[in-house]
Amino acid sequence: MSIHTKTLPQLAAGLRAREFSAVELARHFLDRIAAHGPALNALVSVTADTALEQAAAADRTLAAGLGGPLTGIPLVHKDIFCTQGVRTTCGSRMLDNFVAPYDATVVAKLKGAGMVMLGKANMDEFAMGSSNETSFYGPVKNPWNPGLVPGGSSGGSAAVVAARLAPVATATDTGGSIRQPAALCGLTGLKPTYGRVSRYGMIAFASSLDQGGMMTASAEDAALVLQGMAGFDPRDSTSVERPVPDYAAALGQPLKGLTIGLLKEFFDKGLDPDMERSVREALAVYQQLGATLKEVSLPSIGLSVPAYYVVAPAECSSNLARFDGVRFGYRCKDPRDLMDLYKRSRGEGFGAEVKRRIMTGTYVLSAGYYDAYYLKAQQVRRLIANDFERAFGEVDVIMGPTTPTPAFGLGDKTSDPVTMYLNDIYTIGANLAGLPALSIPCGPVRQLPAGLQIIGRHFDEERLLNVAHVYQRETDWHTKVPAAYE
Amino acid sequence: MARTLATDATYSKATVYHLTLFFLQFAECVMKPEQIASIAHLARLSISETEVPVYAESLSSILSMVGDLERAQTQDVAPMAHPLPGLTQRLRADEVTETDQHERYQANAPETAASLYLVPKVIE
Repeated sequence: MSIHTKTLPQLAAGLRAREFSAVELARHFLDRIAAHGPALNALVSVTADTALEQAAAADRTLAAGLGGPLTGIPLVHKDIFCTQGVRTTCGSRMLDNFVAPYDATVVAKLKGAGMVMLGKANMDEFAMGSSNETSFYGPVKNPWNPGLVPGGSSGGSAAVVAARLAPVATATDTGGSIRQPAALCGLTGLKPTYGRVSRYGMIAFASSLDQGGMMTASAEDAALVLQGMAGFDPRDSTSVERPVPDYAAALGQPLKGLTIGLLKEFFDKGLDPDMERSVREALAVYQQLGATLKEVSLPSIGLSVPAYYVVAPAECSSNLARFDGVRFGYRCKDPRDLMDLYKRSRGEGFGAEVKRRIMTGTYVLSAGYYDAYYLKAQQVRRLIANDFERAFGEVDVIMGPTTPTPAFGLGDKTSDPVTMYLNDIYTIGANLAGLPALSIPCGPVRQLPAGLQIIGRHFDEERLLNVAHVYQRETDWHTKVPAAYE
Repeated sequence: MARTLATDATYSKATVYHLTLFFLQFAECVMKPEQIASIAHLARLSISETEVPVYAESLSSILSMVGDLERAQTQDVAPMAHPLPGLTQRLRADEVTETDQHERYQANAPETAASLYLVPKVIE
């Protein structure tokens, strides 16, 4: 087995047994990044010096017999997380020269746990996109087929882990931005419950929906990383004060007695028939493992995309008002006056999709339209959350496809925004309701990865990870690596 | 739809007016160039002449999709702004917790002088 296909517990054991040092591990992955990163366009920055310093520190910790399961494990951060002294671009020209003056809580916590940062992952600009084609730094390629998109907005994170350029990448999910690229690249991607992981230092897109999480090969790896990321943070006013359970200890519980809800509305005419076959095969595995399947209906879920495309742009237009060319970020050349400075700095600094969403948000919040759009969308959001609550009265988890189709071609959906938005049709509901959800690889569809989505009750990450882990003990889809990166 | 609204005493005249505008919008779902220019101004975004029709088309298409919300029965449904039930905004004591780090923060500023952010002259 190659070093880059080892699981996190295997890497931790190797470090403790001195089979390899943290510095050697970091060098191995840095070499892979140098060899494959540019062709995939997966990273915006590579932080080799920082990585080697952090790895040397991890080696000293391990030599002293200290450290935990993440000590010395390399990772890549999505470039939406502020990293002190390191350029943090959010995939935008607006922040092309921005050097974060502080660490995001997620970055600080994982650094504190001994993880080694290799670099910053490419992403859709300000996390707005479903194909990683809106980045100022150009599109990311899918390691399974470089003519296809990796998904978005955490497309760089997905490409990095799928090509095994790092065993872990952080990511964020506002409408599916962890689960959708995880599905399209054959990975395990977890979006925790809203409020479980701190948003401090995570550049805001839509504050009532954004949540940080991670991509890994397996649920077991994800459990270890979540342990390092989760927890109350007084610096995030929406962070929830609630103890963090031992996620790894919850793995391996038998599934007998588990009731799985099949979301009727997700198995609709928009679902690729091959994708449906793959998901149903995964469900059959769960039945063999002792789980019971039960159809559930969420009557309002069909309105999740329209509700989202009011709420998210509205919040985005407010959050992105801070980019004004004054305190940080891009400033236009030779502004005539203050208005010209604002308008041209923003007009030149933001890309087309970001401008489209800011304008949509500005419109739905403008005088006379607020009730008709924003209030209505918030009411529909309540209906969707109520639907989920009712369903979770009958079932323990809800399962369905993560995406309607496998990865599509670069440029295939860029001409019509609405067609692009419909990629997130199955993932947006969990964000609107604040629920934890993950995507795990199920059987391939036309030789491409496909994702099974598992949605849980608020703060039920232990169960989600266990349900995913038990499936991964029975199957090996999560161990598949594209041939070029084995 | 308009009849239902007009007969419902819980809706004010202004609401009926705005809702009518709302539905008319969906009947057409076309953003005019001057509307795009006005929104771009409100959002403080410079957009070029050639971009205006492109945004007009895409915003029309987005608003037409968003128009499906009209189907939902939302009378007496409380709007939901926060995804977790029962949580209230946490407050902290009003005390200074940060040290002065303005030099570090201003290192990212396009233009500063004497610890101040510089912008074009506002008052003649």
